[in-house]
Amino acid sequence: MSLLIKAAVTDESGNYKGPSIMEFYPDIIAFEGTPFALNRIMLIRLLVVSLLLILFYLWTRSFQKASRNQNFVPTKFQLMGEISLNFVRTGIAHGQLGKVDGDRFLPLLTTIFFTVLGMNITGIIPGLNIAASSVIGLPIVLAAAAYVTFIYAGMKKHGFRFFKNSLFPSGVPPALYVMVTPIEFLSTFILRPVTLALRLTMNMVAGHLLLVLCFGATQFFFFYADGFFKFFGIGTFIFGFAFTLFEILVSFLQAYVFTLLTTVYIQLALADEH
Amino acid sequence: MISRIIVAAAETEAKNPLLPADYDILWSSVVFAIMLTFFWFKVLPNFKKTLDERTEAIEGRLAAAEKAQAEAAAKTDEISKAQENNRAEASAIREEARAEGAAILAELKEQAQAEAARITQTAKAQIEAERQAALISLRSEVGSMAIDLASKVVSESLKDSATAAKVVDDFLKDIESSKAGN
Repeated sequence: MSLLIKAAVTDESGNYKGPSIMEFYPDIIAFEGTPFALNRIMLIRLLVVSLLLILFYLWTRSFQKASRNQNFVPTKFQLMGEISLNFVRTGIAHGQLGKVDGDRFLPLLTTIFFTVLGMNITGIIPGLNIAASSVIGLPIVLAAAAYVTFIYAGMKKHGFRFFKNSLFPSGVPPALYVMVTPIEFLSTFILRPVTLALRLTMNMVAGHLLLVLCFGATQFFFFYADGFFKFFGIGTFIFGFAFTLFEILVSFLQAYVFTLLTTVYIQLALADEH
Repeated sequence: MISRIIVAAAETEAKNPLLPADYDILWSSVVFAIMLTFFWFKVLPNFKKTLDERTEAIEGRLAAAEKAQAEAAAKTDEISKAQENNRAEASAIREEARAEGAAILAELKEQAQAEAARITQTAKAQIEAERQAALISLRSEVGSMAIDLASKVVSESLKDSATAAKVVDDFLKDIESSKAGN
């Protein structure tokens, strides 16, 4: 075990070795070579899904119980669920889209918010120690869902006029369409989903690498460095602790940003004029 | 060991964090599908139902409270109107009683006056009668006394003035003693 730890923080000649991109490609545990291959990160994802299912199932049960008993004073546990769900419902969806459209797209927005938050937060949970959203697959799937949804929203409301409105904004002299249309196409139909996915992935990757760097260095300084250098470990530990707190903020913030941007894209697609 | 490092290095070059592995996409889709279905068909409908029912209940209770308030206001109105009526009635009764009292008082006064007049009348009549009687008895007494005096005066035959004076004195004494005797 100690050899493994040593191998993780030192190279062949006993110097400090920082984390590499291989952090995000742990060994395949099962079904190697098939699309069902499972590694540690995939297992963390399944664990997070299970926990989210249990938590929200319990909340749903408390809603059902309240509604069955006609009890209109929520219990503490029920209130926690209501506050969480209302954060997305009234805080994001109703604020951007209004009540009717907000409720229409609420399932997607709620899913995105709590999935991203749950997958992000594993980055600082001891024993898991890596954000399940730090491998690009999940951000890509969520961004694709957001992409499909905002195009669906626009098509449903405006038909093919949606593309015309997006690519040929009104109020622009027709001659400028030569320049404006490629830019609009790029920003609306390519950069939006790409930035959604990349922003989330890279935030989580960077966060994880920072934490590994700090705590790996702490381990190295305390146990494998000589004499005076051991004291550097205190500094790196303090930094690691601070970045852990920062990662909590980032987890929450990235979930919020992802959800909010999805909502804004839907809102822009629904708007009458672009 | 060296071969492992080489393998690791080769893998490092092969891995591009921007390109998802097939299993990554697959498990991500599974995760997303489960969460979406769960929220869409299980959590959010129940959540909305609870919130709607609560809103409804609060609105219903507000309406009931408003109704109760209106009823209370109507009742208060009714009561104050009844009070007003009672007050008017009471003052009417008081007024009537006062008038009645005044009438009774006047009647009593009149009666008393009549009674007083009657008593005065009777007394006057009695006094008159007594006066008459006294007058009659006096007249007879004075007559007899005068006769007595005269006879005494005559019987003494006026011997001297001293005797005459004594007679008068005796007479007066008689009268006085008879008065005292009375």
